[in-house]
Amino acid sequence: MSTPSQDSSMSATQAAIMAKVHPAELVEQPLVTNDRDFNWVTNKICRIVETPTPTWWWVCMAVALLTASFTAMGLTFLVSTGVGVWGLANPINWGWAIVNFVFWIGIGHAGTLISAVLCLLKQGWRTSINRAAEAMTIFAVVCAGIFPLFHVGRIWFAWWLFPLPNANAIWPQFRSPLEWDVFAVSTYGTVSVLFWYMGMIPDLGVLRDRAVQRLKAGAYEGAGALAKALDIFRKYFYAIFAMGWRNAGNHWRNYEMAYLVLAGLSTPLVLSVHTIVSFDFAVAQLPGWHTTIFPPYFVAGAIFSGFGMVLTLMLPLRSVYGLHDLITQRHIDNMCKICLGTGSIVGYAYIMEFFIAWYGANPYESFAFINRGFGQYSWAYYMMFGCNVFTPQLFWFSAVRRNAALVWVMSIFINVGMWFERFVITVTSLANDFLPSSWGYYSPTIVDIFTFFGTFGVFSVLFLMFVRFLPLMPIGELKYVMPQGDPHGHSGDEKGGQH
Amino acid sequence: MSDSDTHAIIASFPDTPSLYHAAEKVRDAGYKKWDTFSSFPVHGMPEAQGQPRSKVPIFTFCGGITGFSLGLSIVWYMNYFDYPLIVGGKPFFSPVFPFPIMYELTILLAAFGTLGGMFITNLLPQHHNTLFNSDQFLEVSGERLLIAIEARDPQFDTQSTRAFLESIGGTDIEEVKS
Repeated sequence: MSTPSQDSSMSATQAAIMAKVHPAELVEQPLVTNDRDFNWVTNKICRIVETPTPTWWWVCMAVALLTASFTAMGLTFLVSTGVGVWGLANPINWGWAIVNFVFWIGIGHAGTLISAVLCLLKQGWRTSINRAAEAMTIFAVVCAGIFPLFHVGRIWFAWWLFPLPNANAIWPQFRSPLEWDVFAVSTYGTVSVLFWYMGMIPDLGVLRDRAVQRLKAGAYEGAGALAKALDIFRKYFYAIFAMGWRNAGNHWRNYEMAYLVLAGLSTPLVLSVHTIVSFDFAVAQLPGWHTTIFPPYFVAGAIFSGFGMVLTLMLPLRSVYGLHDLITQRHIDNMCKICLGTGSIVGYAYIMEFFIAWYGANPYESFAFINRGFGQYSWAYYMMFGCNVFTPQLFWFSAVRRNAALVWVMSIFINVGMWFERFVITVTSLANDFLPSSWGYYSPTIVDIFTFFGTFGVFSVLFLMFVRFLPLMPIGELKYVMPQGDPHGHSGDEKGGQH
Repeated sequence: MSDSDTHAIIASFPDTPSLYHAAEKVRDAGYKKWDTFSSFPVHGMPEAQGQPRSKVPIFTFCGGITGFSLGLSIVWYMNYFDYPLIVGGKPFFSPVFPFPIMYELTILLAAFGTLGGMFITNLLPQHHNTLFNSDQFLEVSGERLLIAIEARDPQFDTQSTRAFLESIGGTDIEEVKS
């Protein structure tokens, strides 16, 4: 995109060349379609939380709570009996617990990628999906945290993971990657909450002001006392969390700087979290784990699975709330292309692992990989390979990307495939290690299955609460990328020069 | 000669470019205690308002330095000084192996510093602001774009400030009473 000053300074030769080559006009797809105005955007987002609760929400909430109760049952049984109720046994002492932990942490990565990395890269299309993706991150970290927390066995001692003084006068051991993971995941969870909350402050202010406006207008005759009571509740609830935000230019100046800095901090954070998660494996001297490809391969896989989950969540929300003008085909295209890119990196890593296992000429390493492909867990390997390597390749075709139902189904395949990736990594290496006499076969117990199945309910309960009570999209940022929000006419050039 | 209970005069502007150019004129007229109000950040508005670069990164830097030193010192204190642990013949302390701890704590405290810095520089949380007494001011959350010049500005004068806001294209001019 050229600015007027560049145009005027263009030399005559350049102008002659340009006239000769006829550069094609690149038409940029608008981020908010159908030429909507500011009020339409504000109303669209705010009415999601201001209108009465739709029936589908109650139905989904009931199902989600029922599902979540499975986690409660599984964990209650585990705490009251002991960690032996999980299918863990020598030599496989890391079963579904670590698989589910890595799976959920990976899901979270798309949220931070969208809010931080795409912010630094000035990708305007992130605005309509970043809030929901950040919420997804936080809830995924909550689900992930359940597994290592309960895997410690005596959950009431879980605080020993943190460097806090205790009666034994002993401290955590900082040479262990598991301790690094405690810091990485808790920092990740906390910073994600800070980022999410700070982004929400202006929108909470909007919801507060709207409630005050309705209360001042006092038009509640038809709606009754309940509507008024709810608005009084909203006025105070949103006012507390909006912290007195008043949309001043001075506020925005500091807010934008803080947002940019937080994006800059979250970018190395998101890359470090899954890197450190991969250290849990890579630092161990086990064939199939002890490889330097793990950090980049885990990060790419995490972003891949996270975007899969964003698609899984946003496509239904888009049609339920009629958000087609805000989450446009361009957004879906971009998310599909990120899935394609990261999915291809993951596929490359799978193949490169095999190549290095052969090229490295370590017999244990080559056995580990031949065993993955043709051993007792080969079914899981093919499941993983099929879902993660072949599924995203369909995103090359725009006809596929334009079919929302198909994209949604494929996003489920991505989620399934990424779960199997963690299963393959964790279990195959442990089940068949150096000594054949100690080999074993891992199967989850019903308690494992209950606990994992229930986390989808926990996640859904939290996400439904978010959709119902908090602004689903950043209203201010959407207005910023709209042509009406441009202070230099409706050109759209130079947008995002300085965030 | 302003009324003692006048807090500010607000004027509305029809679209983002006119708000932007009006802000430049208020800046050039030499007003100090004034601000623009819009429900979204306007690109380039800090320059149009003549505001300096935000001070938030100073808080970030302080948080980051604190986090880094904290990470380094807890590992040294806990695994070297207070209770040396022998693990696999590795050294009790080195700045290398606990790098993830320092890295994560740097980011954690820098993030807290950033959020805290945003609140401090914006003088938030604030229980109430007189501008909220105006119904027009509440409409900023929708699509209204405002400039408010406060009565405590040394140049403020009810008549001349009102006339000035009119001259730069402001409409719906209102005196917000405290």
